[in-house]
Amino acid sequence: MLSVLTFLPLLVCVLLLALPGSLPDRWCTWTWVATAAVDLALVAVLWAGFEPGGGMQAEQRMRWIPGAGVGYHVGVDGLSLPLLALTCLLFLAAAGYSLRGTRATRAYVCLFLFLQTVCLGVFVALDLILFFVFFDLSIVGMYFVIAGWGHGERARAAALKFFLYTFTGSLALLLGFIGLYLAAEPHTFDLVDLARARPLAGRGGYAALVLLALGVGLAVKTPTVPFHTWLPPAHTEAPAAGSAVLAGVLLKMGTYGFLRIAMPLLPGSWRRYALAIAVVGAVSVVYGALVALAQTDFKRMIAYTSVNHMGYIVLAVGAAGTLAGTDVQARSLAVTGAVVQMVSHGLITGALFLLTGVLYRRGRTYAMDAWSGLAAHTPRFAAVTAVAAFAAVGIPGFSGFVAEFQILTGSLASQAVATAVALLGLLLTAALFLRALRTMFLGTPRLPGSVPVGGPGDLDAREAVPTVTLLAVALVIGVAPRFLLDVVEPAGRTVAELVAR
Amino acid sequence: MTAAAEANENLAALVPELALTGTAVVALVAGSWLPRRRQWIVAVLAAAACGAGLVATAVTTAAGDRQTVFSGTFTVDAATGAGRFTVLGALLLLVAMAVPEIRGHPRETEYHVLLLLTGAGTLVLVGATDLLTLFSGYLLAGIPAYALTGFGKDARGTEAALKYYLMGALLGTTMLAGTALLYAADRTTGYRAAATAADSAPYGLVAVGFVGVLAGLLFKAGAVPAHFWLPDAAAGAPPAVAAYVTTLPKIGALVAGYRLLYEALPAAAGALSVVPAAVAAATMTLGNLAAFFQTEIRRLLAYSAISQVGYLLVPLAVAGRSGLAQQALLLYLAAYAAANLGAFAVLAALPAARGLDDHRGLARRRPVLAAVLVVCLLGLVGTPPTGVFLGKLQVFATAVEGGAGWLAVLAVANTVASLFYYLRWLAPVFAPGEAAAPVNAPAAHGRWPVAAACAAAAVSLALGLAGGAVLPAVQDQLPR
Repeated sequence: MLSVLTFLPLLVCVLLLALPGSLPDRWCTWTWVATAAVDLALVAVLWAGFEPGGGMQAEQRMRWIPGAGVGYHVGVDGLSLPLLALTCLLFLAAAGYSLRGTRATRAYVCLFLFLQTVCLGVFVALDLILFFVFFDLSIVGMYFVIAGWGHGERARAAALKFFLYTFTGSLALLLGFIGLYLAAEPHTFDLVDLARARPLAGRGGYAALVLLALGVGLAVKTPTVPFHTWLPPAHTEAPAAGSAVLAGVLLKMGTYGFLRIAMPLLPGSWRRYALAIAVVGAVSVVYGALVALAQTDFKRMIAYTSVNHMGYIVLAVGAAGTLAGTDVQARSLAVTGAVVQMVSHGLITGALFLLTGVLYRRGRTYAMDAWSGLAAHTPRFAAVTAVAAFAAVGIPGFSGFVAEFQILTGSLASQAVATAVALLGLLLTAALFLRALRTMFLGTPRLPGSVPVGGPGDLDAREAVPTVTLLAVALVIGVAPRFLLDVVEPAGRTVAELVAR
Repeated sequence: MTAAAEANENLAALVPELALTGTAVVALVAGSWLPRRRQWIVAVLAAAACGAGLVATAVTTAAGDRQTVFSGTFTVDAATGAGRFTVLGALLLLVAMAVPEIRGHPRETEYHVLLLLTGAGTLVLVGATDLLTLFSGYLLAGIPAYALTGFGKDARGTEAALKYYLMGALLGTTMLAGTALLYAADRTTGYRAAATAADSAPYGLVAVGFVGVLAGLLFKAGAVPAHFWLPDAAAGAPPAVAAYVTTLPKIGALVAGYRLLYEALPAAAGALSVVPAAVAAATMTLGNLAAFFQTEIRRLLAYSAISQVGYLLVPLAVAGRSGLAQQALLLYLAAYAAANLGAFAVLAALPAARGLDDHRGLARRRPVLAAVLVVCLLGLVGTPPTGVFLGKLQVFATAVEGGAGWLAVLAVANTVASLFYYLRWLAPVFAPGEAAAPVNAPAAHGRWPVAAACAAAAVSLALGLAGGAVLPAVQDQLPR
């Protein structure tokens, strides 16, 4: 089931490549939409059959490279299921958004199908090398998306920077995995076996080095300050669908790695360095918001708010490792909040990036001061963007509020100072989004010269449906979060208990 | 050693080596009588010899028997098997790759005969467990290779051949001197006997002799500081020969070096392993730095080949201290050979394209070649799921396990750095725009190198995806 879900897009990708060259571009995109829809339906089936609190489910385990301790082992639990659903939903939205057409459509579609397999693979993998394979391939796939369909020469530079940075991170991660592998007896890369065996319990220095390698590797991908500098150019230069997938799914691989790998496998070191992790999180929150405040480019600003939003997750996982002055309930609340924040950020920022793509299509520029009074020309676009911006700020009623409330409540007891500092970030995000909305949508109408005669058209169906759908799901989670929390909470409790052992 | 092993003169153990040398002789004679338009028969003979060798190796590997023949001078074991597979497979690809260059050439037969002989020499290096066998392998693999490098009889080829020859002669002498010193110290040239004798032998003599022998092998592999010939040879020789010099000598030299460290010097290896460790560190770093701003593709690939030797030397640096070293070396060698030959096969299919910009827009004109380049170049970086990824994984693991964690960190840093120049090549391939017209003209018989490129890329992927089937074959530890 999980393997079908994961490899279906890749299969379709191979089929598309094998078809003759005369295939119309529209067919390719519609094939992509259909595939993404089928995958989403598969996740829905999986969710329906999922038993909350039942631990790892739909597991599949096969021998792959036994000589190197590598196996094909996949499974899904309360941490990964929401992320699988998020991935499928975002790819469907990206597919719908891409119906308006692009250059070299077939290659574009194939690349995204490949990326979908890779992203799903990361979240189902229960073997460190399998995880790494997908993790690394996501970088390769995204490199080609940015370099091939980004905005010209600058995009290639941004893609190179993205590749070099995240590849460095992934190799640090690989070193950490090797450290875990060699410590286990018999040598294995299997996550479940490693979590059971706890090979590094009581090995202070060695375990700290392994955690450092894992931490750096995952922090680059997340990204946290000071490893975030690849993110703004990559997001800004990528095509809109690429940015949405990059922000919505690829960033989650880093934080998911903390929850899935670093915390259960290295509980002792995680607890020892929890303060440092929480501080990095809080700094990312504030720094990301401050730098976002200084941006004049709408897309770049949103890119920096990703640093801010992902910072909350890092704060939460840090707090979940602090035992002093807290109980398991607060810690599992922090972990649950982290997972909900991943989903929430994926939905809202994904929508925001698609909306920046809409803006770029109209006037070939992201510069905020080039636009003014846009609400008069494009009321629907203004309304949807405003809703997305408020959702990103974290007003009650949207998923962001649920997530950030849980994170801050769960973290306050153990990491009071860091949490207080992070609260500042909420204020800053509100300020920067309000400023952006005012600059672009209110005031006297003024458009950049690059807008074609006849003025900018409003959102059409192919742009509205994907973005509104993403925001609607964020709204549902904000209003009635139980369906999600029922799945996440038991898994969050398990992680909190694993860290405390 | 038992008397039975001493007397073992089983020629059946040497089928691949005999097939190559025997076919070389037959081909030379046949080539003198065949009219030029039928010289392709020689290529078929060469391919058949490689095929026969592969079949024999498969039978030996499947049976899993291990034997030493001719008074312990040559060993057939897991390492020999893996080396034979890699060398013979590589030779097959080289025969296919050379078709556009060689078909109808006045010296077509000579090319194949030289290739078969140097291949046989490489096989001798792979299995040699006696210093004198090792040296004869060195000569047999080297001398035909010098001639092959100058095959085009042009200025660059001649210069490259001369550099290669002089360097080879110099370090060959060093190697022979090292052999003499080791013989003086141990009173034997056999590895097994040397290992037992080494305890009582004067340490200084053993150390100097060892470094002398290793110097010759490092030259063959193209390691720093004996690497200067490699970029010139790769740029001056025809593409297929360039593919040869950056791939095959490494296989022979590195397996031989591993054997030497693991089998002949176990007692002293602990202290002497600092030599391969230092060379590994210098080679991977300098090779990478030099590759950064190369504008000629073959020079870039040559420096990439140098840096790859750095990673390949890591298992030598931890030989005897990590159980993973042998499988890391053998798997990486096979995967590297596939990826590197794939990249060169693309060059052989586009012989006029020498600069990085000549590949501009290749993805639209020749999507298959572009796909092969992606697989092979990202394979050389070590991106999963290619074979080199699995090899690198094993190399990093063996470095950490063998107590050389710093080498693993350095190798990781270098891997990241190497990404830069591989992407410098890949970027124009996918960039819009066109290269100059003559570069695009497909070569005559151009399908052969394309087929070789696809085969190499497929092997590279298969080694990664089906590594589970390959690893057991190379895990069987050497005796010591």
